[in-house]
Formats: sequence, C-alpha cells, structure tokens
Amino acid sequence: MLTIKNLHASIEGTPILRGINLEVKPGEVHAIMGPNGSGKSTLASVLAGREEYEVTQGEVTFKGKDLLELNPEERAREGVFLAFQYPVEIPGVSSTNFLRTAVNQVREYRGQEPLDAVKFLSLMKEKMKLVEIDQKLLSRSLNEGFSGGEKKRNEIFQMAILEPTLSILDETDSGLDIDALKVVANGVNQLKSAEKSTIVVTHYQRLLDYIIPDFVHVLFEGRIVKSGDKNLAMELEEKGYDWIKEEVANTAV
Amino acid sequence: MSAVTKKEISVSSSFMDTYFGHKPTGPFASLRENAAKELAQKGLPSTKDEEYKFTPITKKIESSITNFGHAMPTNVTISDLKTHFIPGVDTYTLVFNNGILDKELSGDLPDGVSARPLSSLSEEELTEKIALAENKETDPYATLNQLAFQDGLFLEIRDKAILDKPILLLHLIKADNHGQTIHPRLIIETGKFVEATFIQLVASLDEQITFLNGLENVKVGEGSHIHHLKIQDEGKQALEVSNMVVDVPKDATFTSFVLSLQGQMIRNNLTLNLLDSNCEGNMFGIYLTNGQTHVDNHTNVDHTKPHSESNELYKGILTDKSRGVFNGKIFVRQDAQKTNAFQQNNNILLSEDAIINTKPQLEIWADDVKCSHGCTTGQLDEEALFYLRTRGISKENAKALLLYAFAGEVLEKINHETFREYCVQLVQQRLGGQNG
Ligand SMILES: Nc1ncnc2c1ncn2[C@@H]1O[C@H](COP(=O)(O)OP(=O)(O)O)[C@@H](O)[C@H]1O
Ligand SMILES: [Mg+2]
Repeated sequence: MLTIKNLHASIEGTPILRGINLEVKPGEVHAIMGPNGSGKSTLASVLAGREEYEVTQGEVTFKGKDLLELNPEERAREGVFLAFQYPVEIPGVSSTNFLRTAVNQVREYRGQEPLDAVKFLSLMKEKMKLVEIDQKLLSRSLNEGFSGGEKKRNEIFQMAILEPTLSILDETDSGLDIDALKVVANGVNQLKSAEKSTIVVTHYQRLLDYIIPDFVHVLFEGRIVKSGDKNLAMELEEKGYDWIKEEVANTAV
Repeated sequence: MSAVTKKEISVSSSFMDTYFGHKPTGPFASLRENAAKELAQKGLPSTKDEEYKFTPITKKIESSITNFGHAMPTNVTISDLKTHFIPGVDTYTLVFNNGILDKELSGDLPDGVSARPLSSLSEEELTEKIALAENKETDPYATLNQLAFQDGLFLEIRDKAILDKPILLLHLIKADNHGQTIHPRLIIETGKFVEATFIQLVASLDEQITFLNGLENVKVGEGSHIHHLKIQDEGKQALEVSNMVVDVPKDATFTSFVLSLQGQMIRNNLTLNLLDSNCEGNMFGIYLTNGQTHVDNHTNVDHTKPHSESNELYKGILTDKSRGVFNGKIFVRQDAQKTNAFQQNNNILLSEDAIINTKPQLEIWADDVKCSHGCTTGQLDEEALFYLRTRGISKENAKALLLYAFAGEVLEKINHETFREYCVQLVQQRLGGQNG
C-alpha cells in the first residue's frame, strides 16, 4: 500500500529525514518510535503533503501512485489521513460544516453522491458513539478551546468519518489519560480492517498495549535504525533509547 | 459671496468653480452661503490633511470628474429597479433617483413614519434641523454637501413606533449629460421608544464615473433602538464620500453596519455622539476589496456622560491592489466615568500589493473607564489551511472557509435575519469556494 524508498527531506535547507525506507502492506499496523526531535512528525507531515518540507531525494508510492506528486487534499481523498500531534484551532469554522465539506469533497473524488444533511447527521451520530465524543464539542468552532484530550479525540472522530485507508497517528496518545487512551485505541481498533493500514507514531510503549503493532521501527536522526516486532517496543520501554543511540554510534564508526 | 474667489481655495479650485462665483439663490440660500464661506477657508482635503492622509479622494474627483453638474434623475422603470431589491428581505422602500426621492418608484411608509422633502420645511425648522453643528470640526465634504445639495429628505418617526419591516433607502446612481455629482441629504429624527431598521443600498446603473457625496444626520429619540445597515457594492468607477452623524440620547442604542464590496474609492465618516447616560453605540463593518478598490472607514465615537458604551468591530480582507484604511477615534470626556469602549480592527491581506493602514485614536479624559482596542494585520493562517486540506478540502474551499469564518464574526452582529442571510451570500460569493 505504502512504499517509502530512501526518503530525504529538509526544511529551510536543514536535512531532517535522511534516507527512510518503509513498506506498509494492507491491514498492517506499524509503530514508529524514537526520541524527541528524531523526525517522526516530519515524516508524518511529509506523507500528508506539508509544503514547507522539501523532499530532496527518494520516492513514496501509495496504492501505486506517486504520493509526492499529489497535493494535501488529493492525498486525503486517496485515503491518507494524518491525526495531528498538535491539532489546529480554527475559530469561526463550525466543526459540523467543516466535516460535511470534507466528507463531500472526498465522496465527490471517489465518485459518490454527496451526503445530504440528514444522512450526514446520522453518520456523525454513529461515529460519535465510536469515539465517545460529546455532541456539544462538535457544535463549537473546530478545536477552539478544546482540551488536549478533546482535540485528540476529535482527530480520531474525523478519521472515523473520513474512512481513510492509511491512517497516520502522530502521538495521538500524548496528553491522554488512561481512560481517554483506551477510548481512542478502541476507536482505532474498530476501524481496522484487512484493507486498512495504520502508522502509529508514539513516544511511549503505553499505546501499543491497546493498538497492537505488527512492526515497530525506531527512528533516530532521520533514519530508521532498528525494526522489530512489538517486543522491540517493550525493550525500548525498559531500556530507553540510549542503547540504540550507542548502537548507531558504533556502526557509524 | 463675492468675497469668495477661487484663489482662497487652496485645493481643488477647478472643482469648486462649479459652486462659487455666483450667489446662492432659492431655498437654503443662507445655509449654503455659510457653507461656502467655511469651505472657502478650509478647502477640500488633500493627502496633506491628516484626516485624508491615505485617501486622495479630492485628487481623484478633480482628475476624473468631467462634469461637476448635478446628475438629474434618469429614466428608471420598476423592472430596472427589481434587480436592486434585496431578495428575501421585505422592506418599506424609498427610492432615490440620483439623490432625489422618486415618489413613483417608492412605496408607502408605515403608520408613524413620515417623509417630507427638506424644501417643504419652514425656514426656522430648516435652520434648526439642517444647520451643521457649530464649534465642531465638520468634514469638508459634509460642508460641500451643505453647499451643493439640491433637496433632501426629512424622515420622522413618531414616539413608540415599532416598525415591523426595515425602511430601505435605495439610491440609484447613473451619470448622464447633466452631471456626475450627487449630494444626497437625509435627516432622520425618531421619537421616544422607537424601534427601526434602515437599510441603505447604492446601485450604480452604469459603469460611468460618478461622485456620490452623502450627508446623513440621525437624531435618535430617548429609549429608541435604531439600526442602520449599509451595503456598498457600487460600480468600479464610483467615488463616494459618506458622512453620517448620529446623536444618541439617554437609554437609546444606535447600531451601524457597513459591508463594502466595490467602488473606485469610498470614504465613510461615521460619528456617534453618545449624549447621555445609559446609551450605546455600535459600529460594525466589513470591507472585502479587490482590483483597485479603495475603502476608508473613519469612525468617531464621543462619550460625553457617565455610563455609556460603544462597541466597534471592523474587519477587512484585501486582495489584488486594493487598499483599506481604518481610523477609529474614541473620545471619552472627563464627565464620562464608567464608560465602556471596545474597538477592534482585523485585516487579512491576500496579496503582496494590497495595503491596509489602520490606526486607533483614543483620547480619554475620564479615569474610571474600560477601554480596549486592537488592530491586527496578517495573512491567511497557513497552518489552518494545511489542516483543512489534509481532510480533503480543496485549497480554494479551505481558503473560503477560513476567510468566511473571519468575516463571519462581524456578520453575526447583524440583527435582521434575512438581511444578514443576504450579506452572508454576498460575502460567500466574493470569497468563492463552496461549503457543505
Ligand atoms: N519548521 C521547522 N523549522 C526548523 N526545524 C524544524 C522544523 N520542524 C521540525 N524541525 C526540526 O526537525 C527535527 C525533527 O522534528 P520532528 O519531526 O518534530 O521530531 P519528532 O516528531 O520526532 O519529535 C527537530 O530537530 C526539529 O527541531
Ligand atoms: Mg513529533
């Protein structure tokens, strides 16, 4: 579904990603871990199409298409979804109006009829239950004045509505208490299917108790320096990242 | 009058030739003469004048108006007119054809509202009502109106009249052989405990250069609530100066809203005199400009007695080579303790060539007041734009959503529902994109 080959990206001339290789097949869950500043969010943003990042080398194909050729909205319509580490507050844009615009633009791209107000509302209701999000929240402006946890929940809610084939969750667990974490994980798990893949970016192993990864990758200084299964996440939790850093230092010599 | 020669008029002498050099006759002769004297002293403002620093309208008028004569009423039929009514908004309608009330085209007014030509007032009434305020700085264009207006309208609303529909003041503007300048003059006086909404529209019937120089005086009665809503969506060549001076007494509120969409150069001067305690003045505006349109809003609110309140919110979205000016004066006199005055002006520039000049001007002589003001100028929020696009919303629609949200805060202030919906439509049309 997603193939990343030797991806290099920089911002304002500073290289951040320095040769990423990753293959994600349908139905798989990949976890990407790594210390702060290693480039996890950058990778997520580059996949979503953030224009400030310049891809200097490498290629990314998604469902056979050159992903890097597409603009952010085209990627979304193709089925890429990024749950932001820091969701943006947008005063004055109503959550409902925004989501309906989004859903219908995605549907239009996929050759589906637009949802009328009634159908859209029932879709909303169904998905609201899934992530246990309060109706009141959705009657407000998009993310405006939401708590950290509410914002994260809203990201998963949007994901549920848009039904992407590749979801990238960027530290969706940070700032969540354990109950909220379970709700979010539960939402993600219910949306899983044999055709849908997930990339879970996280700092801690905690979330991976609830969203079980097929693969765990460690990103460090813009490269994937180690890959394994869920046991690698346990090991990282126990020993921290220092030993990885040492390994990298040793192999580099 | 003979003392006035064009030499004494430093600015715009060619323009002034039209009005000087002959003694005013007919109605209002003495008012006109006074105005002429005053104007002879101060002249029309150039950009050296602090108040007109960014708005060279005098120069524009001088260089582009070729016929300073009064534009006479032109042939307009009801069907011409229909396209200029506001869809879905039911109103009492007064139609002004090049500044003059057209009885044929105007509809009936409700009980308690009377409209009379100024020329039908007695000399005394006239002097009392339409003499310009002495000892107050009067905008030179208001003085020019006083000198040059043909006739005007006196609109009176009786005590306790609660109007079920707004009164639409529809100005049809069309240049023809007779001239290109129009000086509409309107006086509104309401009794006590009146509730009324006025909607003012200017419709350019052709793409010719015209100069509209309106002067409006509103005297609100005690305990009355008056709304004045205005749309400026004029011809690309239209030049306009609009002066509105409003007196707000005890327990009364006055709310002004203006949506400026198109014109060559538009200057709005809005003055609210809060004359007593427990009165409120609201000033709201949106300017969405493109092309070469230039919109200048100068507002002035004067708090004179304790416990009055003013709220002001103007927002602008400017693109292409358009230009916006905002200048908001708040004056709080020594007596006016416990004043609440809020002012906000926010702007988004969508192109490199668009310009905004914004300036709050606060003069506060009382010590126990709550006053706040803020001006911001920025671009579209790129982070928000990216966020929306990652949800599948096209760049164009995402922009429209964000810009609409920005302007929406002002639109929400409009009390009249169907008029608000109409403004929403106009704003959405201008911002493009499609929602839902
Ligand atoms: N807009 C930016 N300008 C300059 N440097 C940036 C920018 N965004 C991220 N970086 C840098 O890129 C590196 C990787 O950041 P990020 O991808 O956010 O890491 P992570 O998500 O793994 O914590 C960091 O060193 C960060 O300082
Ligand atoms: Mg990050």
